[in-house]
Amino acid sequence: MHSWHEFLDMGGYAVYVWPAYAVGFVVIAGSGWNARRGLQQALRRARRRAQEVKR
Amino acid sequence: MFTWLHKMGSPPVLYRVAERAAPWFKWTSLVLLAAGLVGGLILAPPDYQQGDGFRIIYLHVPSAWMSLFVFALMAVASAVGLIWRLRMAHAVAAAAAPLGAGFTLVTLVAGSLWGKPMWGTYWVWDARLTSELILLFLYLGFTAVVNAFPDQRTGDRAGAILAIVGAVDLPIIHFSVKWWTTLHQGSSLKLSGSNIAGSMLWPLLVMVVAFTLYFFWILSLRVRTEILRRERRASWVLSLQGVGGARGGAR
Repeated sequence: MHSWHEFLDMGGYAVYVWPAYAVGFVVIAGSGWNARRGLQQALRRARRRAQEVKR
Repeated sequence: MFTWLHKMGSPPVLYRVAERAAPWFKWTSLVLLAAGLVGGLILAPPDYQQGDGFRIIYLHVPSAWMSLFVFALMAVASAVGLIWRLRMAHAVAAAAAPLGAGFTLVTLVAGSLWGKPMWGTYWVWDARLTSELILLFLYLGFTAVVNAFPDQRTGDRAGAILAIVGAVDLPIIHFSVKWWTTLHQGSSLKLSGSNIAGSMLWPLLVMVVAFTLYFFWILSLRVRTEILRRERRASWVLSLQGVGGARGGAR
């Protein structure tokens, strides 16, 4: 790869390579984001329950 | 081995192990992902036949490896849960399933987008592609079955049976290219070595390791969520750091 244009063009295969990586990024990073959000929600619920028990 | 299994079968122990391991998996996987992507998308030379189109391999092969690895892990965890009645083994299997489904979906989409310029079609009903599609349905079926029953233990048992029976699909996927005439090429990576050039191979190996560590990072988050949900009435949950205690969070 010698230039940005060459990199983005992927030797004429850009229309296949970049959508594949885009889908990969959305699904794989999305599963990570979703897992973090799920844990935060579970911790919040547990915190609320702990406060109720204390009262 | 059995002592270790029973120790991990304790929800507070598994929760703390997952909490402590998460940052290690997170940072090593992210560093390796960055290195693998630079190696695969920039440093590796174009293939002499497929040009730069071959670079989809750095997404497709690690995802395909993970799609098989995660289901194998689920089948083993399910068997452990059924045989030794360890509830946490079922929790691990349930936490892993959506991640495995994601990797399988990426495998199919990336493979399809690679297939179009190389084979001239996005999809053919050949043995490798069809058995991988069945694996996606197995993941979705497992998640549906585990959550279909009001009683968690019944759902866990039904899901475990599906995971163990469904594991039959794994050797079918792996050996499909040998057993039948398929459009799909043979294995790129073998235990006996690889016929890929070193400059193209190292980013692939780095991506495989990165995906595996990334999976364990996300699994550690999902396992903790699953434990908090299943053990919500347990007193140890209320005294956890980040719940009743001082600090902690979704690392």
